[in-house]
Amino acid sequence: MVAQNIGFTIIAAAMVVGALRVVTTTNVVHAALWLVVVLSGAAAQYILLAAEFIAVTQVLVYIGAVMVLFLFGTMLTRSRIGTDSGLNNSYAKLGIPVAMVLFAAMSLALADSFGTEELPTDSSLINTQQISDQIFGPYLLPFWALSFVLLAAVIGAIVLARKD
Amino acid sequence: MLVNQFLFLSALLFCIGVYGVIARKNAVLVLMSIELILNAVNLNFVAFALRNGSADGHTFALYIIAIAAAEVGVGLGLVLLIFRNRRTISLDDLSEMKG
Repeated sequence: MVAQNIGFTIIAAAMVVGALRVVTTTNVVHAALWLVVVLSGAAAQYILLAAEFIAVTQVLVYIGAVMVLFLFGTMLTRSRIGTDSGLNNSYAKLGIPVAMVLFAAMSLALADSFGTEELPTDSSLINTQQISDQIFGPYLLPFWALSFVLLAAVIGAIVLARKD
Repeated sequence: MLVNQFLFLSALLFCIGVYGVIARKNAVLVLMSIELILNAVNLNFVAFALRNGSADGHTFALYIIAIAAAEVGVGLGLVLLIFRNRRTISLDDLSEMKG
């Protein structure tokens, strides 16, 4: 248990630092690379939570595919590679109190609802077979809908980005 | 491990993402902040799946990952189209709706 908590603390600290750098850095490419830190930290947390299939999917889809899309977007929109001071709004300071109030409200609700409740350690763990039983059982209709959404997104992205 | 340590981490990531959406002007960086928010939600789903011993949370997390990938694809297509027509992706310059 102690080892798990130490691992959680280290990964969580890296994730928070990475997330703060994503929203404060003045370099678009650096923001994308800090986002990789956050996403791989999330994958490590999924391993801690005994969700290995989600962790692998996170690495494949987010770090593999989405990051490449972001770097392509940076390149194709010719954002300045290097420091760029024009990335923030004039009212960016307004975001700080909004985020802090939101976090205070959520913290109060979480501390009130869950307190010091422990995660179960001896429960039968969820394996990939159970996930597939869910997807191809009760959640089959959303799965079909999702495949149509992905098809529409692929065709839509091609239509939008095509030079005619 | 406590349930709350994962939920607090997820709440913190969510709030940082909300700050990013408010503060950033570059459209690509706003999309990155939205990814932070979606990851916070996923962390919550997986933590609750372990707490309740049910695979529903994992299923939802997988669906959210797929939807996020579709969203980034279409979002970057839109950003590219805006850039081609306006030569800028600064969200402050897209102000036709202001009248």
